[in-house]
Amino acid sequence: MRIILHVWRQRNASDKGRMVRYEVPNATEHMSFLEMLDVLNEDLLARNEEPVAFDHDCREGICGMCGCMVDGVAHGPLPGTTLCQLHMRYFKDGDELYLEPWRARAFPVVRDLVVDRSAFDRLIAAGGCISAATGSAPDGNAVLVPKENAERSMDAAACIGCGACVAMCPNASASLFMGAKLAHLGLLPQGQPERARRALAMEAQANRELFGSCTNAGECEAVCPKEIKLEVIARMNRDFLHASLSGR
Amino acid sequence: MLLDSKSPTGPIETRWDRHRFNLKLVNPANKRKHKIIVVGSGLAGGSAAATLAELGYNVHCFCFQDSPRRAHSIAAQGGINAAKNYHNDGDSVYRLFYDTVKGGDFRARESNVYRLAQVSLNIIDQCVAQGVPFAREYSGYLDNRSFGGAQVSRTFYARGQTGQQLLLGAYQALERQIGAGQVRMFPRTEMLDLIVVDGRARGIVTRDLLTGRVESHLADTVVLATGGYANVYCLSTNAKGSNATAIWRAHKRGALFANPCFTQIHPTCIPVSGEYQSKLTLMSESLRNDGRVWVPLANGDKRAPSDIPESGRDYFLERKYPSFGNLVPRDVASRNAKQVCDDGRGVGPSGLAVYLDFRDAIERLGQPVIKERYGNLFDMYERITGEDPYKTPMRIYPAIHYTMGGLWVDYNLMSTIPGLYVLGEANFSDHGANRLGASALMQGLGDGYFVLPNTINDYLASTKLDKVDDSHAAVRDAEAGVTDITKRLLDAKGTRSVDSYHRELGKLMWECCGMSRTAAGLQHALVEIPGLRERYWRDVKVLGSGEDLNQSLEKAGRVADFLELAELICLDALERNESCGGHFREEYQTPEGEAQRDDEHFSYTAAWEFRGVGSRPEMHREPLTFEYVHPTQRSYK
Repeated sequence: MRIILHVWRQRNASDKGRMVRYEVPNATEHMSFLEMLDVLNEDLLARNEEPVAFDHDCREGICGMCGCMVDGVAHGPLPGTTLCQLHMRYFKDGDELYLEPWRARAFPVVRDLVVDRSAFDRLIAAGGCISAATGSAPDGNAVLVPKENAERSMDAAACIGCGACVAMCPNASASLFMGAKLAHLGLLPQGQPERARRALAMEAQANRELFGSCTNAGECEAVCPKEIKLEVIARMNRDFLHASLSGR
Repeated sequence: MLLDSKSPTGPIETRWDRHRFNLKLVNPANKRKHKIIVVGSGLAGGSAAATLAELGYNVHCFCFQDSPRRAHSIAAQGGINAAKNYHNDGDSVYRLFYDTVKGGDFRARESNVYRLAQVSLNIIDQCVAQGVPFAREYSGYLDNRSFGGAQVSRTFYARGQTGQQLLLGAYQALERQIGAGQVRMFPRTEMLDLIVVDGRARGIVTRDLLTGRVESHLADTVVLATGGYANVYCLSTNAKGSNATAIWRAHKRGALFANPCFTQIHPTCIPVSGEYQSKLTLMSESLRNDGRVWVPLANGDKRAPSDIPESGRDYFLERKYPSFGNLVPRDVASRNAKQVCDDGRGVGPSGLAVYLDFRDAIERLGQPVIKERYGNLFDMYERITGEDPYKTPMRIYPAIHYTMGGLWVDYNLMSTIPGLYVLGEANFSDHGANRLGASALMQGLGDGYFVLPNTINDYLASTKLDKVDDSHAAVRDAEAGVTDITKRLLDAKGTRSVDSYHRELGKLMWECCGMSRTAAGLQHALVEIPGLRERYWRDVKVLGSGEDLNQSLEKAGRVADFLELAELICLDALERNESCGGHFREEYQTPEGEAQRDDEHFSYTAAWEFRGVGSRPEMHREPLTFEYVHPTQRSYK
């Protein structure tokens, strides 16, 4: 199949950047989207043009490294799927696609489709964890966790930190990412002692990183490759409110 | 060179305790005076960096990805073993030790394996405390399953994302220390050389992948936790970025490389679909708990699987291994799949696949139970192949997945370069010639959380280190070497892409040094590889500059190292005239076609010393002794 691509090319953070049109004449339905970009890059190299830079690593949808906007939708048209797991069988011969990097002030463009998502790491460093120094743990079965809580915690913990939620949000809010972490840890008994502090610390850091606020647009949930639910944001707001009012 | 494993002697149950007592400690107030470099941020590196920082050391941690959370440990699906015996089904530390030594086909060091089984208990406790959402029973207790050839239920899991959840636990502990200023993190930074001063590892040379800046980092010790080298084969289940550069360049600085030919093939991967294929996707081996492996009984039977009646199917694992059935170890399952495909009974367009069928399990347990157990794996399979495994059997084929070999380390996890520690898949230590399922996560976290933080004190407390700065000749020499490699790759201005060479190397390795090996095939590879390497340096084409983000240039350096390491793998495979674990030499098999070990001649670890590119490396032997688990022919009949 023949695919026409318009790809955002930007040399570095200070470059202005522009869309460039390419053709991939020899794509097949079994290729993943990134394999189609590999084929494009091999063609570019043969023509002495620099390949398109894009982040990727595991290519099985779990590391969270890949992703770009495909026709304005983070990770492309297939719900619950990272770009590396999206296969060309979901496109038609002759399709014309526009590829852009994640769009958010907190995620500056590094080059082409590569952005800097270190703001996510700083959100976690600010408090997105349980402080359990190695060696201090009691037996694994000493604290029981109701199965339902463990399952809901796991639903939220499935977040891969890809940044699609931020890229798709009209406010570039990191609420789904933060809410997922707060729900993952806040649904477990081990996460209770620091629950209020965690919500306050992550929220404060999000403001420093210039992530926007949540207005319940729901775009994040629609593109999340791990299908994390909007309810984690409601949970976060409750935790934040409670922590603010209780003065902790 | 005398290889001193520093293994304690005496009763195995108390070796680690006694050894720890004999190790020197560093006074808490002095710990902050020491700086430790950790390269890699996966389960081993992330847990080590976090734990060392908790103890008070200053840690500088490096990874090539944009965040430490991306390390490839994240892709492990099935689970993590621990000898908790929560199910009262006869498990114990001793049994996990026994299973691991036997599963490794008697090519691992007993002391190390026993310690691994011991710390497995602490790992689960630690991970639960960090908030890893392990699967639970309705009672609230931790759930377990039996996994990959084990006859007890000792595998803890978090859906099909156990590696991800364990890594996030370690990552969050690491980020906590970064937030506290105890760890300085260097993402998108690749280690390109080891700095050795007066025979001791004192630092690394790195390249900032965004700016291209080559920089030296000096410290008191260096810890490598940079994973395995399966990407030598180009198509593997490893992440695209996984590479051997850190361990290979340390090897070239004097660290011995042990058992490079011990590579593991994973039986349940999605088959190759075309030339453009960039990687192979693994489906968790837990699928074999409920899925049945089969091929058509008749050669060339091209009917759809649903049209083939029971009488036309060969459930070859159940037939040949009645007591373990579909749960035989990975190497056995893989070789049997290759055999039936070589016989012309393979399925799918390429004929290089076998069925993994859930029809009976769905009938027995119902679709909801299967969905709960494997839902995400089924979804992934459908996304990649376009087929629904609830309705039609999966097609699977083996792929390179893990490397048991790695840098040689002693009981303290120190390599042959004093001050250089190696953890996780990057070392060779615990799995012998074959790794059991759900044991990689255990080893990575065991090394990082519980072993290294105990053993590293001894070196720091007992070693007087001179001050070193950037002007030292060893530092300048290493930096110059790195700059030179970059320049040579950019200046080659040849005709073929890095990927095309990588693919060619991968094909050669898969054919000659893959699932089964012969002396003739290995000799052929040993002739081909140097030629390929020579063409590579002359003819590789890398565009762009070394002064900004240049992903082709990054790959070019890694493939250059694969082209050297590949030769060592083949040489090691050729020298080991026996079959054991993942190393199957066709000349050495029993009349039934099983691996035939030769304990009389090959009960040793082969540790190779670098002698220059293209020169024959020197092999040193660490003899293996088995005081507890006596070598027997592995049998899974």
